[in-house]
Amino acid sequence: MSNRKPVLEMKGITKSFPGVKALTDVRFRLFPGEVHALMGENGAGKSTLIKVLTGVYSIDSGTISLDGREVAISGPLEAQKAGISTVYQEVNLCPNLTVAENIYIGREPRRLGRIIWKQMNKDAEALLKERLNLQIDVTLPLSHYPVAIQQLVAIARALSISAKVLILDEPTSSLDRNEVQQLFSIMRKLKSEGLAILFVTHFLDQVYEMSDRLTVLRSGEYIGEYMAAELPRFELVLKMIGKELNLLEELPALSEETKEASGSVMISSEGLGRKGAIEPLDLQIRKGEVLGLAGLLGSGRTETARLFFGADRADKGRLVVADTGQGVSSPRSAISQGIAFCSENRKSEGIIDDLTIRENIILALQASRGWFRPISRRRQDEIADEYMRLLNINPKNPEHIIKNLSGGNQQKVLLARWLLTQPKLLILDEPTRGIDIGAKAEIQKLVLSLSRQGMAVLFISSEIEEVIRVSDRIAVLRDRVKVKELGREQMNQHDIMQAMAGG
Amino acid sequence: MANKLIKHHLFWPLSVLAALLLFNLLYSPDFFRIVVRDGNLYGSLIDILNFGAPLILVSIGMTLVIATKGIDLSVGSVVAISGAVACLIVSQASDQSAMGVIWTAIASSLLLAVLLGVWNGVLVSAARIQPIIATLILMVAGRGIAQLITSGQIITVSSAPYQFIGAGSFLSLPFSIFIVGAVLLIAALLARKTALGLFIESVGSNPRASRLAGLRSGTVILSVYMFCSLCAGIAGIILSSNVSSADGNNAGLWYELDAILAVVIGGTSLNGGRFYLMGTVVGALIIQTLTTTIYMIGVPPEITLVVKAFVVLAVCLIQSEAFRKSIMHRWKKRKYPAEQEVATHAS
Repeated sequence: MSNRKPVLEMKGITKSFPGVKALTDVRFRLFPGEVHALMGENGAGKSTLIKVLTGVYSIDSGTISLDGREVAISGPLEAQKAGISTVYQEVNLCPNLTVAENIYIGREPRRLGRIIWKQMNKDAEALLKERLNLQIDVTLPLSHYPVAIQQLVAIARALSISAKVLILDEPTSSLDRNEVQQLFSIMRKLKSEGLAILFVTHFLDQVYEMSDRLTVLRSGEYIGEYMAAELPRFELVLKMIGKELNLLEELPALSEETKEASGSVMISSEGLGRKGAIEPLDLQIRKGEVLGLAGLLGSGRTETARLFFGADRADKGRLVVADTGQGVSSPRSAISQGIAFCSENRKSEGIIDDLTIRENIILALQASRGWFRPISRRRQDEIADEYMRLLNINPKNPEHIIKNLSGGNQQKVLLARWLLTQPKLLILDEPTRGIDIGAKAEIQKLVLSLSRQGMAVLFISSEIEEVIRVSDRIAVLRDRVKVKELGREQMNQHDIMQAMAGG
Repeated sequence: MANKLIKHHLFWPLSVLAALLLFNLLYSPDFFRIVVRDGNLYGSLIDILNFGAPLILVSIGMTLVIATKGIDLSVGSVVAISGAVACLIVSQASDQSAMGVIWTAIASSLLLAVLLGVWNGVLVSAARIQPIIATLILMVAGRGIAQLITSGQIITVSSAPYQFIGAGSFLSLPFSIFIVGAVLLIAALLARKTALGLFIESVGSNPRASRLAGLRSGTVILSVYMFCSLCAGIAGIILSSNVSSADGNNAGLWYELDAILAVVIGGTSLNGGRFYLMGTVVGALIIQTLTTTIYMIGVPPEITLVVKAFVVLAVCLIQSEAFRKSIMHRWKKRKYPAEQEVATHAS
């Protein structure tokens, strides 16, 4: 393999932002027909390197060569023309355009300047079917489809541009197991066709399943390039974290601790349902209990959480908060009864991107206090300080605008926002999606310590291991119906997966 | 330090204003002169503040609306309606100078203005009509309403106390300046000393996330449209009082556009989110100074709008960071080969 020529080679890449050096003398190369994983914790410089490669950022120094020729990538369009296509972590398409339009936007088939819609739709259908085994109506708006399908459409768009290099940035973070396998088989096929794939993911299993080669970055520096088969998992993690402390080793210990029997019922639903979202559901959550919600994507996990928070209105059954004896009619009424909800869509339903860390933290508490009882600036600073220390939020400056933070830190700010309201029930929908191992472990530990203090937690995650690790009880959903409830002793991956898959 | 100065949101607006004033000073050395006559101050600068008062008021209201990712096109019409109502009430009174009449006129026209704000706010927040369309309705209909109120005529009043609002003096300065000061102070207090500012910026930046954080975004949106209309109502009273008449057809014509421009020049983005009240005030002053300048240097009336458009274009380009960067980039590139040549020659 070493005598082959890399399709892409980056050398001595350095990039700084005001106050931070994001990349220092970083190297990276990519061979045709390989899957190369770019590894590193949040803030390691993975996203920056990718943005350099796709022309979003210009570099301070260093060279980028494609097929041995040095190139200057001055913008996303140039990157695309040069054959570098990217599918980003958060789907970056236009939700109100149709699937076909999203795939061919900017490159529509034309005759005499007019778009040939029929052909475009036909092409899109064929492309999705042949390369992604996906049969959907391409004339419906993209927002009609769940995130997983949207992701596949994004990949289809990247494929339809004749790419030499395909960058997949966290493509699997919103896919369920079957969809991940489907994606992997597509990746294998593309690889065998000679495409070079740069793969970024936080799932180590997937890294070892898919990649031939790894490059590890840490704090903007190049640590090394390794063949996946020659680098044991444990060593990889050490290289990424760069300290002896092994958070992953510590974790299983947490679940071993037996907790005292949970308290009284905090909230219960009776026949709670919503058409097209979740079939009538009975569910109880006790004080001091972590209830895990497991299920494939589209099984009704998120929909259940949204009904519990009042984000969507139920059209069947009822929900009762034990303390107040009342139901939940809106997010406001949920919050006033001590319910907090971290949405799975951090970007669109979580952070307020223009505001600072401090403002994002105090928002929910201030909202419940109303206009005329503002939290004094001094108190705000104290709160921000306290929670940023408690949750180890980086950067340490509370006046930083939140949109510049890494995903993990944004998630922690959202956790801080809700913890500040001192909720009795905390609903976490995919709280660890797309964030690094360190932050993940911190969040899991936090969930356990909160429940020990008597808080009820509804924990949703696509990672079964994670659900098992933190939950006292697991409810399994399949096709919008609750199919199983398992206590601590009955939990094992095999049974849960079987319940999720059915049959 | 210098970098921090340039990064400050008021840097570019203030620079543009300073440049405009400097141009005026060069053109007419008397420009900065302020004389005292009958104990009152007179001069071009005072005029700019005085005549600019209605625009500043409307722009302050517009700032909050734009911060919620909205826009209010109806302010010009509200200016006309409020002036028409006030003048109608004053003109029909037996004693046009009685204080009771003046207060009734002010109260009724402001109340109507607030109600019109409720109309806009409900259309946007409850009926979910896009702000540009929702307020377009009142922009068009409002002109008609104003003409209905004035019966298509220009209503004139002769009332000294009413005239005082827009043309009187207080502590040697035009009274309207104090009204602007008071409204600005109230807006700033509401925005920064209560949580309203945070809520407005939050709703404007991400309405969905704001709702899930427990914000009553509907109430916030309704309030900003009410406040904006109230500001336009006050501006309408000042304008009509200044000329002692109400013209349903022309009062406040195109104010919405000047106000939007003032807000944008002041640094508030049309995408919503962060807003800058002081920036808006400077923006409105820039527009008013520009108007004064154009009249003063004697631009022929038929091309004043074209001249104004060019200056506005220049101001917007200077404000645009992307434009500044690309200019800097070209400048550096242009210099680079020459420098290189010098270097090779030297060695």
